[in-house]
Amino acid sequence: MDTGTIIIGLTIFVLACFAGAELISKVPQTLHTPLMSGSNAISGIAIVGALLATGRPESIDAESLIGFFAVIFATINVVGGYMVTDRMLQMFKKKKRKKKA
Amino acid sequence: MSTVNIIDFIYLISAVLFMLGIKNLSSPATAKFGNKLSMTGMAVAIIATLANPDMFGYTMIIIAIAIGAAIGGYAAVKVEMTSMPEMVALFNGCGGAASALVAMAEFQGHTGGFASFTLVTLLLSIIIGALTFTGSIIAFTKLQGIISTRPITYVGQQIVNAAILISTLFLAWTVFQNPENALAFYTIILLSLALGVLAVIPIGGADMPVIVSLLNSYSGVAVSMTGFALNNNALIIVGSLVGASGLFLTKIMCDAMNRSLANVLFGAFGKVDDSVVDDGEGPTGSMKGFDVDDVATVLESAESLIIVPGYGMAAAQAQHVTRELGDYLAEEGVEVRYAIHSVAGRMPGHMNVLLAEADVSYDQLFAMEDINDDFSTTDVVLVIGANDVVNPAAKTNPNSPIYGMPILEVDKAQTVIVLKRSMNVGFAGIENELFFKDNTMMLFGDAKASIQNLMSAVKE
Repeated sequence: MDTGTIIIGLTIFVLACFAGAELISKVPQTLHTPLMSGSNAISGIAIVGALLATGRPESIDAESLIGFFAVIFATINVVGGYMVTDRMLQMFKKKKRKKKA
Repeated sequence: MSTVNIIDFIYLISAVLFMLGIKNLSSPATAKFGNKLSMTGMAVAIIATLANPDMFGYTMIIIAIAIGAAIGGYAAVKVEMTSMPEMVALFNGCGGAASALVAMAEFQGHTGGFASFTLVTLLLSIIIGALTFTGSIIAFTKLQGIISTRPITYVGQQIVNAAILISTLFLAWTVFQNPENALAFYTIILLSLALGVLAVIPIGGADMPVIVSLLNSYSGVAVSMTGFALNNNALIIVGSLVGASGLFLTKIMCDAMNRSLANVLFGAFGKVDDSVVDDGEGPTGSMKGFDVDDVATVLESAESLIIVPGYGMAAAQAQHVTRELGDYLAEEGVEVRYAIHSVAGRMPGHMNVLLAEADVSYDQLFAMEDINDDFSTTDVVLVIGANDVVNPAAKTNPNSPIYGMPILEVDKAQTVIVLKRSMNVGFAGIENELFFKDNTMMLFGDAKASIQNLMSAVKE
């Protein structure tokens, strides 16, 4: 990997950190749990690497076996994470409050 | 444009979808849509990866996805809302494990030499991913009560942990020098797994919101490192987003307790200190236990009520009856609001989720800074299983372990009703002088049973 690629990668990393911090600071306390479980689901993006590791080797070898387990873990993270987040967000509703006149 | 270029471009689209997803989380009204955007981003990234021309076979992938989806889906549907903190910890651990495994697979599959930068990021991904995995599992077992929520400490603990960390880094250095050194490589994995366990066991249950957030941040960093190693921008972007979000929540939690992250990690907060005998400086007087009818009378005569929920409400599954009581009183003309401290419960926003589950409208929920000034003009405050977050010692007693922590100033209200399981001290082992005040009424018992009794008493 040449130095230029590394610098580009680092640039992306730093800028994404700032963008992330900026976006997240706008999330109200009420939604901190869904934020956590939602961003947790997003971190399952490691599945991309896991899929490549599993699917690239031409036969079953150490790489694809490790990749196989990586896909399982990442899928649990992605599917579970998104589903609990969705379940929680379904519950956040604004209701009309009745008050006795 | 080659296929690889196209795939990289699609990864960019999915990164944008993730960002928009989080942006939409800034309001409860748009949050659900945000989560859908984020899901779409994930689907797009997965499909783009499967379309990679380097892909040889799909059988193993399909089996693995089926297994993972079944486990994740089942857990997500079955989990109780009160158990959400441990569920998130567990999912997070899976993320850490996935990153570490991807890095290991890359290590195995690579023929020929590694670029030194790639090697560093691979090793970091393995170390951080592995310790996130075991750390999250320990957090899960603590939150589930499988192991003690009290800090587990022993003499020289921090020295042992430091020694393991230094050994791990040293071995990483040897592998960096010689990637063929398999013994060192596997020892790194074992030590990282051990480190996750050892670093989390000395941390008490009340500090779990900080730890769960921090581990979330770690799993993001691990993903970023994997991204550097695989030269995949989607992973770098997403990992740093998650890393930043986890760190941000960690900071909010620490600020809400007025403690440094170092204090949370190494302070063993909530450890029962046997050497301290009662020095007589605790609150004097006695707690006044009242019966349900007395408390109900006070509730009925109130014009304004603020409900302050804590972990005790979650532990007793009392969120539904709490909402019923709140709604009933609101219909009787009482102004009912809920005040939520940032570290109430076992994860950031834990109380908000439980009250949302119980159908409390989110505009009735107030954060500490928005409602603290209103306690002095409020008739009645109902504290349900909260303790340290309403302890006035945080303001008045410089010797208190929680001195300086911002608290909900419930003692300023005319009357404070405290629902509490027993006369025992709270998690941090600190006496709460609020319970001894003249305007405080204690109602002992299980929170759910107490509220049900109150409900039938006010209805009479």
